[in-house]
Amino acid sequence: MGSTEQNGVWESTQASPEFQALRRKFRNFAFPLTVAFLVWYFAYILLTAFARDWVSTQVAPNINIAFVLGILQFVSTFVIAWLYERHSTKHLDDASEAIKAKVEKELGH
Amino acid sequence: MDAKMLSSVLFLVFVAATLVIVWRSGRGTKKASDFYDGGASFSGFQNGLAIAGDYMSAASFLGIAGTIALFGYDGFLYSIGFLVAWLVALLLIAEPLRNSGRFTMGDVVSFRMKQRPVRTASAVSTVVVSIFYLLAQMVGAGALVSLLLGITDPNMKNLIIVGVGILMIVYVTIGGMKGTTYVQIVKAFLLMIGATLLTIMVLWHFNFDISSLLGHAAENSGKGDTFLQPGMKFGKDIIDPATGLVDATKTLYSKLDLISLGLALVLGTAGLPHILIRFYTVPNSKAARKSVNWAIGNIGVFYLMTIALGFGAAALVSRTTLFRGFKVDDAGCVIDKDGKMIGDACTTLDNLKNLSADAKKALVPIDPSGNVAAPQLAQFLGGGEGSTGGAIMLAVIGAIAFATILAVVAGLTLASSSSFAHDLYANVIKRGNASPESEVKVAKIAAAVIGLVAIVLAIGAQTLNVAFLVAIAFAIAASGNLPAVLYTLFWKKFNTRGAVWAIYGGLISALVLLVFGPNVTGFETSFLKFSEYGFRFDYFPLANPGIVSIPLGFFFGWLGTVTSSEKNAAKYAELEVRSLSGAAIGKAVQH
Repeated sequence: MGSTEQNGVWESTQASPEFQALRRKFRNFAFPLTVAFLVWYFAYILLTAFARDWVSTQVAPNINIAFVLGILQFVSTFVIAWLYERHSTKHLDDASEAIKAKVEKELGH
Repeated sequence: MDAKMLSSVLFLVFVAATLVIVWRSGRGTKKASDFYDGGASFSGFQNGLAIAGDYMSAASFLGIAGTIALFGYDGFLYSIGFLVAWLVALLLIAEPLRNSGRFTMGDVVSFRMKQRPVRTASAVSTVVVSIFYLLAQMVGAGALVSLLLGITDPNMKNLIIVGVGILMIVYVTIGGMKGTTYVQIVKAFLLMIGATLLTIMVLWHFNFDISSLLGHAAENSGKGDTFLQPGMKFGKDIIDPATGLVDATKTLYSKLDLISLGLALVLGTAGLPHILIRFYTVPNSKAARKSVNWAIGNIGVFYLMTIALGFGAAALVSRTTLFRGFKVDDAGCVIDKDGKMIGDACTTLDNLKNLSADAKKALVPIDPSGNVAAPQLAQFLGGGEGSTGGAIMLAVIGAIAFATILAVVAGLTLASSSSFAHDLYANVIKRGNASPESEVKVAKIAAAVIGLVAIVLAIGAQTLNVAFLVAIAFAIAASGNLPAVLYTLFWKKFNTRGAVWAIYGGLISALVLLVFGPNVTGFETSFLKFSEYGFRFDYFPLANPGIVSIPLGFFFGWLGTVTSSEKNAAKYAELEVRSLSGAAIGKAVQH
């Protein structure tokens, strides 16, 4: 099979509704989540840099807001990883498997 | 047998065990892919451990625990940045990279570009980032050994660096990716066990009451509640010595430096070549995702434990020990940085507690790095100095720290040698016509040469600050590599000029800003001390260039792209379909 024909397979797959749906499901989940965790992380950094009095407020003996926010960064990281895993197994894995099988059949692999 | 002997013996056992593993896994290494990606046959769980072993350097273990022990809350900022960074790798990079590349970062960046310029840029950036990181680890190894074994003879320190260098060359040339991966798995396992043991002992000591742990840390630090608040190390209020008031400009710079560091930490990880190539060691994108999830679990739990280690050391180990003592004059009285006696009368190291909190601030530590905090904490928890339990704990934690360094340097040597062989030799010099056997041969020679260069540089660079070297690596990775990888995966118009400009633009911006920053000239803590050399060019006020150089890397990538007319829609179709579906995974791209 010539390489022009191969390129045809990639371009027709890219244009197919199945692939467009997979791409949308991936981007619509991963991109906003990336923006969200970056905003949350920099909000935390900015607070520790510029709102020192507030983050130094103790909410329990020896536990201040800065400490709680730091622990919440760990929690949010674990939660986001779990959410993405759940989203991928539910909405992405099967769709990408199907496209992979179809493309490899068309390419004759 | 004392702790130093025991530590050396334990370390030698680790070296012997890993050499056996590396030799056994190297016997089956014949094909090029075995050297580069270990046959891409590791499971997500195995690779997750190996990623953790590759990532958690001695700087993480000793450095962060030490920073928390000395500066309280601010050390915690490192832990958070180093962990949150993994979300970039998880959400945007790991899976598409595994699906569309084979062995190196250059595979993905050059996928739809002209091969020679883009592969050259990728290889240059990979080698530069890895060498800086390698230097940090090797300089750290020399310092660590002198701390833990009490070696002060510079020749012995050099010998240790040479030994570490030779070991990493042996691991990589004999074991390739497979051997290196096993070394990293063993190390991650040991590090997690060691840290968990210490954490449980610290919490046990305080009846599992975090508030009591933090309270004792604040009290023993002599700083009170400020020890638990941000601002002792980063983003400090700078006082103008002439007026005694807060200098608004310098304070703002200091806070911007903190934000800049945060940027480099969170965006640098996903651009580190030795981390990126780990995603190729698993068979598919699902396993790549699982490995990042396992890595996030491991690394997250480990960094949470640094809280217990750091604050535990602050609470239980004396400041004199953590700082490895304070400067004293000939009569044994503590002195300030001008050599003047602190307090009204002579205060010896034994009577420090008689000093007021204000007077204590003038104490000058002999070693302000805090690297001994975790080992000293281990000794205390084992029963204290002179006890058998203390000696055993000190030895175990010391040996784990050595093991940590070895696993990381092996990963770095592998990343740079595979990029040299696969990007530069096979695809630039031989234009894609190298035989797999010759590629592996070149990679092994490159590993030896890079290892030797690193040994020589590390011996010369021993006075450089380890954190500074790590910051360079992260800043370059975030400024040059990350824009190139993200653009190539997600931006249709991106092209050869864009890729080349992003990599070189980011790399050069970061390096130039570092050279003109405060770490090279200007201060008494700089590489070139003003008092000795009499000149300074510290025009850029921030020690961390990321806040400027990362946007510049993205900007140059954009500018290069829009000023070039090259576009290749068909190749982008192939990249996009392959990166999202995993079709034709592991197969080379036809150019």
